[in-house]
Amino acid sequence: MDALDLARWQFGIITVYHFFFVPITIGMSALVAGLQTAWVRTGKEHYLRATKFWGKLFLINFAMGVVTGIVQEFQFGMNWSDYSRFVGDIFGAPLAIEGLLAFFLESTFLGLWIFGWDRLPKGLHLATIWLASIGTLLSAYFILAANSWMQHPVGYELNAETGRAELNSIGAVLTNSTTLVTFPHTITACFLTAGAVLLAVSAWHLRKRHQEEVFRPGLKLGAWVVLVAGVGVLITGDLQARIMTEQQPMKMAAAEALYETTGPAGFSLFTIGSLDGREEVASVRIPSLLSFMATGSPTGEVEGINDLQQAYAEKYGPGNYTPYVPVTYWSFRLMIGFGLLAMLVAAVALWATRGGRTPASRWLWYAAISTIAMPLLANSFGWIFTEMGRQPWTVFGVFTTARSGSPSVSTAEAATSLIVLTVLYGVLAVVEVGLFVKYAGAGAPELPPPPDEEEADRPLAFAY
Amino acid sequence: MELTTVWFALIAVLWAGYFLLEGFDFGVGILLPFLGRDDRERRLLINTIGPVWDGNEVWLLVAGGATFAAFPEWYATLFSGFYLPLLIILVALIVRGVAFEYRGKRDDAVWKRRWDYCIIGGSLVPALLWGVAFGNIVRGVRLDADHEYVGGFLDLLNPYALLGGLTTLTLFTLHGAVFLALKTGGEMRERAGRLAAALAVPALVVAGGFLLWTAVAHPDSAGWILSGIAALALAGAAVATRLRREGWAFLATGATVVLATFSLFVTLFPDVMPSTIASANSLTTTNAASTPYTLTVMTWVAVVFTPIVLVYQGWTYWVFRKRLTVEHIPVAPVRAGETG
Repeated sequence: MDALDLARWQFGIITVYHFFFVPITIGMSALVAGLQTAWVRTGKEHYLRATKFWGKLFLINFAMGVVTGIVQEFQFGMNWSDYSRFVGDIFGAPLAIEGLLAFFLESTFLGLWIFGWDRLPKGLHLATIWLASIGTLLSAYFILAANSWMQHPVGYELNAETGRAELNSIGAVLTNSTTLVTFPHTITACFLTAGAVLLAVSAWHLRKRHQEEVFRPGLKLGAWVVLVAGVGVLITGDLQARIMTEQQPMKMAAAEALYETTGPAGFSLFTIGSLDGREEVASVRIPSLLSFMATGSPTGEVEGINDLQQAYAEKYGPGNYTPYVPVTYWSFRLMIGFGLLAMLVAAVALWATRGGRTPASRWLWYAAISTIAMPLLANSFGWIFTEMGRQPWTVFGVFTTARSGSPSVSTAEAATSLIVLTVLYGVLAVVEVGLFVKYAGAGAPELPPPPDEEEADRPLAFAY
Repeated sequence: MELTTVWFALIAVLWAGYFLLEGFDFGVGILLPFLGRDDRERRLLINTIGPVWDGNEVWLLVAGGATFAAFPEWYATLFSGFYLPLLIILVALIVRGVAFEYRGKRDDAVWKRRWDYCIIGGSLVPALLWGVAFGNIVRGVRLDADHEYVGGFLDLLNPYALLGGLTTLTLFTLHGAVFLALKTGGEMRERAGRLAAALAVPALVVAGGFLLWTAVAHPDSAGWILSGIAALALAGAAVATRLRREGWAFLATGATVVLATFSLFVTLFPDVMPSTIASANSLTTTNAASTPYTLTVMTWVAVVFTPIVLVYQGWTYWVFRKRLTVEHIPVAPVRAGETG
């Protein structure tokens, strides 16, 4: 392996890891804000207990999202300096704007929310969590605009003299059609993820009929969020597939391991045979589904890998323009599969607990508890699919991954970085999951007696 | 003024803001074992920066992002060239950030002690390495004609840069002690005030030496003036800490940090990363910059949003302005499921 391969592994590991925490942060900040709003409006105690309980779990995750986010920004320069030189004029802007508009908002108002319970008036304190939540959404928008530019570069021209991409329309970059479908797809997936956290943790308690007043509504809320967000993910995913077929037809072909241009094309649920789908022993297929996903018409023709490879070679010069099909084929299926599975469990959980029922089936509870992992896996496979499916490009059609690395970074340095960060992240994962389980298992707090207003020097309501 | 100069100045402001703010919370972390004699006292120290440290760190992310957007060549060369030091800084910032959040989440002495080490090391290491990095930037590094760093890791550990590291380390530690004297009450205020007074003189010697070395090696009248005022401010801080004028002392150490940072940037200008191989290889505000269009867009974004950020971040400090004492720290650590 050379430094570039190591840098790619690092980017994959570090980014997938970071994206365990991001969707929970985005989704849960809004759900916690919603619960706190319900408390402020109704004054019902169980809403406050729910706010504090889910808020705590949210914060345990948020800490990891923050610290792993720093690496995200630094590693473009560290491991991908030629990429940074090439795209900096365009790609740097959304990153800088993300910091200025979103990171300050999130971190400042979350600090106010965490420590502000007894310092801020109720309404103002509620506003802080909403502002932090808006910060997470803004952050998602700008970083997805940056990523979408890599999938579908717009609003730029190549400077022949410097050989770099130069921005000529920030409006085009921020309203990239790819961004406009990727943002809702990602955000709905974030809510699906957060809903699954509520569903799973509530199921854990409800199974033992523990704190039903908090966790029965928690399970309902979580399951409904999973279902509604899940429908959103499906609709936006469908729109995204069509745009992807237009902009990166090779990625769609690689998603199905479709080698020959076909119409109408079916979608295989799974295939047994060689990993890259060239030789097929058996498969389960839904006729016309791929045509529908790719073109919106059940009889539409879908271009195959072989034709595309030939067309790209003519356009971009000789070379291999086919992504690694075993990864794209399976990650695409696993993304969809785990998302649908979470929705299925949510629907069953709602049905089984209807009208105050508490089902006895152990397997049902296990299924509900395991929902927590499903969207996390679906999200990861989604990112793996979309990034691996773009290969061999970092910027589709413009700049290759092979040209993107850092010439001044040695293999030993890249290996050190990969190993150090992977080991550190592994240790932190153990710590984080341990704390999450501990606090999730402890249940919602009983509320402390209202503080004595007279006493100016009373202990802090929250302290590290 | 040229937009490239505006952005050079803005990046100087972002780094100065970062050092001004995270400087004191690095200092608090470094002083944890010296001022916090038991768990409750250490928690008191950590809670003085609890609501703000994360917002302070965002200054670094924005400085990095702004460099990427405005001077991509600088960002690319700097981050890939200073690879290992930046990796160490990243690891330090990661363990430190997690430590603040997780330390109190188990009532277990070993658990807390481990996180304390993370806070101490995670504060000390970046406080030292940022100075080393900036020392090297000002001094110049080996850049080839493609602006690639061709020096090694050990080249970065030269005496001038190491003195730069010692300067940020002592300055931030002093800044933290002064901050604690301002933000705590009771015995801790007394103890922090005494320590600040004791730290001021060594800080003056080290930082004065570094600024003088810089001024002599890179004669520049504006640089001279700024480092002169920075040194005066630091001397003022030494006096104020002795007189226990905590507000003045904090203003003085803050001014020192900001002015010293500005003096380095002024000395650097119009280079952003000079090459020691050939001056033609140096990265400058012109050859490292983005296009005028990108800089214009970014200028508008900065003009509109920076004031808003400053207002709400400033407001946070106002909300949490009260001095903290050990009595404010709940005796029982936060238990599972308690408060948010």
